[in-house]
Amino acid sequence: MALPARLVTEFTELLTHYPHKQAALIPALHRCQEELGGWISPQTMQDVATFLGLEPVEVYGVASFYPMFRLRPPGKHVVSVCHNISCALRGADEVLQQVCQITGAQPHGNSPDGRFTVNTVECQGACANAPMFDLDGVYHEDLTAEKVAKILGSVK
Amino acid sequence: MSTKYPTYLLDRAKIEGAHTLAVAQKHGAWEALRKILKDGIGFAQVIQLVKDSGLRGRGGAGFPTGMKWSFMPDPVKDPRPRYVAINADESEPGTCKDRVIMELDPHGFLEGALIAAYAMRAQVVYVYVRGEYRLPYKRVADAVAEARKAGLIGKNILGSDFSCEVYMHQGAGAYICGEETGLMESLEGKRGHPRPKPPFPAMFGLWGQPTTVNNVETVFNAPFIVLRGAEWFKSMGTKGSTGNLLVGVSGHVNKPGVYELPFGVSCREILEDVCGGMWKHKQLKSFFPGGSSTGVLPASLIDTPMEHDAIKNTGSMLGTAAMIVMDEDTCMVRAHEIVARFYEHESCGQCSQCREGTQWLHQIFQRIEHGHGRLEDIDMLVTLSKGMAPGKTICALSDAAAIPTLAVIKHFRGEFEEHVKLARCPFLPAGTQRPVFAGAH
Repeated sequence: MALPARLVTEFTELLTHYPHKQAALIPALHRCQEELGGWISPQTMQDVATFLGLEPVEVYGVASFYPMFRLRPPGKHVVSVCHNISCALRGADEVLQQVCQITGAQPHGNSPDGRFTVNTVECQGACANAPMFDLDGVYHEDLTAEKVAKILGSVK
Repeated sequence: MSTKYPTYLLDRAKIEGAHTLAVAQKHGAWEALRKILKDGIGFAQVIQLVKDSGLRGRGGAGFPTGMKWSFMPDPVKDPRPRYVAINADESEPGTCKDRVIMELDPHGFLEGALIAAYAMRAQVVYVYVRGEYRLPYKRVADAVAEARKAGLIGKNILGSDFSCEVYMHQGAGAYICGEETGLMESLEGKRGHPRPKPPFPAMFGLWGQPTTVNNVETVFNAPFIVLRGAEWFKSMGTKGSTGNLLVGVSGHVNKPGVYELPFGVSCREILEDVCGGMWKHKQLKSFFPGGSSTGVLPASLIDTPMEHDAIKNTGSMLGTAAMIVMDEDTCMVRAHEIVARFYEHESCGQCSQCREGTQWLHQIFQRIEHGHGRLEDIDMLVTLSKGMAPGKTICALSDAAAIPTLAVIKHFRGEFEEHVKLARCPFLPAGTQRPVFAGAH
């Protein structure tokens, strides 16, 4: 296995941004996660390591340190509910409960039908528009029970 | 919001389409850099101007920016490559101000970053944006592309001998990468483990080369200072905290938001006039003045001016001026259980005081909140916090967990005792419990 050609092209350009190859690791892992099934598989780690001249364990050490990298396959859609202080003060507990109820997933787990992964996350910098969640990389803010139902109800 | 104070930071951001080069330039973006290059204002003059303005860093520590810039070595004596890294890893709970700048006025921000690079004679700027900030990242990345095309970024900017590249870099969800040496490690493609200081970044930063890390809002102030002068800048704010700052208000207020205000406006004015008072007509109980790392203050201190010295005198810190407001129905133990959980989650694990201490703090807050606390737990929280800070670890994350713990016990010890005596949280109806989610952490 090797990285798809389009990613190799992209990463080759990325390397020109830095004096050392390893600096491209985190941006490269982001792109792999986006393009290769929503997670970083052991094979992806091997491939990225080969491309950047690193040991696979160095890639694993980085991938497992950062919360945004998923080391298990997620559901089709990922809902990340902020449960830090500003969101908690404006009803994050209720949002999380409702999200779990609608999706059938528990925090840090997938729904039985595989459609959803639900995560709790720490402050996302949307504090003045709390409560919030991130659905597939898009922020949804100033959430109410109606909004949550509508947003999740319209997910394909 | 209140309009009785002069504004400048977010004036352009309010204009439709200001994130594009055409609109931004029509409203003054890139004029300061043009002026520097056209009038041949030297790098030393720029640094002196920023020093004279009294600008202090907006990322939390409040260090004088001009002085920080002057720490970079003389390039004649030290010709190594040098870097500016912009800290756009905004992650301090309650803080959501840099996002506004990046989304709405990315050209103004980039101009500030370029002025910083010019003053420090750096050839490369890295903008380290927290991974979750997709729209801010895209807005700045698009602005970089537009500015590069227009000859504002790259080789021989505007025909001068100043050349500077700007590269975007995405973080991946770790709070510790907002600490400047953690940020540099992360940018190098490693785990975000802060480095012991010294050596300081100005001598040994990214890849061991001279580096300065500045917050987004800090450099965003630079173009205004260049165009309008240090005296103008000092006419706003207080003696020790000059200029305007972005105050982010969240929690139990009617109009949460990010507001531009001069340093020195009282927290009461922010709460009552700017944010339309308390949500649902409740009484104020307590507030974090500058993010969850700054100790809570009781309602009796709401008249404290929002500026470095006054807040410091209360025993707290200005931090990122992210005011988190809590009403009379807020359980302070529960609030700090959340805060402690956050620091446990974000500790990088290098220092034992922090790795173990943040876990223990969280566990103790949790057991008090859930009715299993003992009276001696309260003193245990104090003892633990004093073992974690100040200055006992590589970076200040340990302090950031200890400071709010000491503050909440100082101001609200009675509430902790009540939890222990009742063996439950007094803010919940008897017989009920907070929802606990399997797997949540």
